[in-house]
Amino acid sequence: MTEPTPSPARRPEAAPPPEHTGDALVELDEVCVHYPIRRGVVFDRTVGWVYAVDGVSLRIERGRTYGLVGESGCGKSTLGKALLRLERPTSGSIRFDGIELSDMSGRRLRRMRRRMQMVFQDTLSSLDPRQSVESLLVEALRAHGLDEGSESTDRLLRELLSAVGLPAGALRGYPHEFSGGQRQRIGIARALAVRPELVVADEPVSALDVSVQAQVLNVLRDLQERFGLTYLVIAHDLAVVRHVADRVGVMYLGVLVEESDSDVLYERPMHPYTRALLSAVPVPDPEVEDRRERILLPGDLPSPAAPPSGCRFHTRCPWSRPGVCDVERPSLRDVGGGHLVACHYAESIERGRSPAESG
Amino acid sequence: MALLEVRDLAVRFVRRGEPTVAAVDGVSFDVPAGRTVGLVGESGCGKSVTSLAVMGLLPRDGTEVSGSVVLDGTELLGLSRREWDRRRGSEMSMVFQDPLTSLNPVVPLGIQVSEVMERHRGMSRRVATREAESLLDRVGIPDPRRRLREYSHQLSGGMRQRALIAMALACRPRLLIADEPTTALDVTIQAQILSLLRELVAETGTALVLITHDLGVVAGMCDEVNVLYAGRIVECADRHALFAAPRHPYTAGLLESVPRLDTPRGQRLAPIAGSVEDNIPWSVGCAFSPRCASALPVCSERSPAVETVGPGRLLRCHNPLDTDVGNTESSHD
Repeated sequence: MTEPTPSPARRPEAAPPPEHTGDALVELDEVCVHYPIRRGVVFDRTVGWVYAVDGVSLRIERGRTYGLVGESGCGKSTLGKALLRLERPTSGSIRFDGIELSDMSGRRLRRMRRRMQMVFQDTLSSLDPRQSVESLLVEALRAHGLDEGSESTDRLLRELLSAVGLPAGALRGYPHEFSGGQRQRIGIARALAVRPELVVADEPVSALDVSVQAQVLNVLRDLQERFGLTYLVIAHDLAVVRHVADRVGVMYLGVLVEESDSDVLYERPMHPYTRALLSAVPVPDPEVEDRRERILLPGDLPSPAAPPSGCRFHTRCPWSRPGVCDVERPSLRDVGGGHLVACHYAESIERGRSPAESG
Repeated sequence: MALLEVRDLAVRFVRRGEPTVAAVDGVSFDVPAGRTVGLVGESGCGKSVTSLAVMGLLPRDGTEVSGSVVLDGTELLGLSRREWDRRRGSEMSMVFQDPLTSLNPVVPLGIQVSEVMERHRGMSRRVATREAESLLDRVGIPDPRRRLREYSHQLSGGMRQRALIAMALACRPRLLIADEPTTALDVTIQAQILSLLRELVAETGTALVLITHDLGVVAGMCDEVNVLYAGRIVECADRHALFAAPRHPYTAGLLESVPRLDTPRGQRLAPIAGSVEDNIPWSVGCAFSPRCASALPVCSERSPAVETVGPGRLLRCHNPLDTDVGNTESSHD
């Protein structure tokens, strides 16, 4: 890059050697996050556990985008927080660039956090209303000791704003003076200010109007190309995730039920839950809507405090078989070409076994 | 004659010391019995205020409502409070976006559902409770007898929305307004609720006004679609015609800016420039013109009028897109 943009290489400790592209930046191995349910006024007793994330393994390659989808309560946000160590995992291993994070704390952890940043859903509550945009961005730099005198900082801020598509005049503004889309750009600029390698974006566009969502998605994509960022995008909107992600993982009740390259997953979903999810997404085309077959799932998500035995999806699965699905927990297995599915009957369902058929 | 006829509805919010805000600015549409009509638009376009005005739920102080809202031959605007109370819940009812704030947290569900019928249909508590049980069953709530004794916090989001729909339908209203009924719900639950609404309209012949920002929901649900922008309807058409060939640049822009499951991946999205805050007042010109890719000089000087451009198709635009091209890329400069 010849332009005076603040490239990662400018800061020695951040320089990712370019020959590393293609390897894993993030590796999660059997990560669990369990929250205790406590009762009692005088003596705290733990009466149960909420299994928010219950054994998730995945890897995110450098420079790529991993999309995590699932419905509310599936544990996708908790997993994102655990990855940034905003949440301490109960067990399992979290490696960032080969460094184990799960038991790290204090100064070492803070230093690691410079390399991984987060973009939040709700921009109004994640930006301090009493700080100007300039002060918000400078604060991020100071926190990591990256404020190198007013002149270079000033230049850096202007470059940041232009990278996310805001005018330089925005520096003097306060969060409430901006529209939702502009505020999300400020949130992105703040995350980028410290030159991170990984950005975790939790529902980055779901609070925005549809016409503005596209603007922000395009900004995220441009920044990835420009700075070689690695993204974990967490969203409930399957169309958004399909648009941005190279690889997609589908979560249900704290576990991954399916994972594959984005194109494959959407063309050939194999887990019954993924199939139902995809069939439920409304498509803005009446011809498609009238023709398509919907898999309506009965009931609601079971409580993560009392997850069903066996396959966690068996209580709502139209294809579930008694004696197997409610007893044996299916593991995530490769059905070919890196397409992972956690379902006992993925192949026979794909071949067209009807839900009613048994035995 | 349509069941609901809205003509030149305007809602202005007046506050002393502040400029008057025209939230709804001359909206007209019809809803025939047994049909589903959509009001679509982004935040601030006036879709919810329109529905509140039709239901008579706007605060009386500081609000100026003008125009006409005729339900089954009766003009609603200007009715007394008592007259409104008699109609709301019996002839017309509403389902809101957030089911948690729409339900009373300290009253058991059964009482909330049955009191509608006690009040409007003159039932005794016992008869109304039995009726409530069958209503909950009808909207797909399992074990309805137990649920009648429960409170709203004990229900899941989808269940609460079903309960609200049950309450709205308790007196077999002729008009049902659903304001973003599935926006707070997960997609699999959204699919359940939408298919329930679809069945109810087909079964009971209720006229449904569906307010949403989700074009996918509109495509699957509505017979006719009104697209709102900054308080005015900019395009109105049958859903097939609208999605096949949007004529207003705003409609086309909306359709192109959403990522879709059925189009090739990896294409850059074509967003609409700017945001709703870049509007100009309708009194000056077309409110959308500062964001419009096909804007002409006239667009910021003269406000476009509504024109009929086909059977059941209305358009408010100086420079509409061609019928065969649903594309904002066609530049006109």
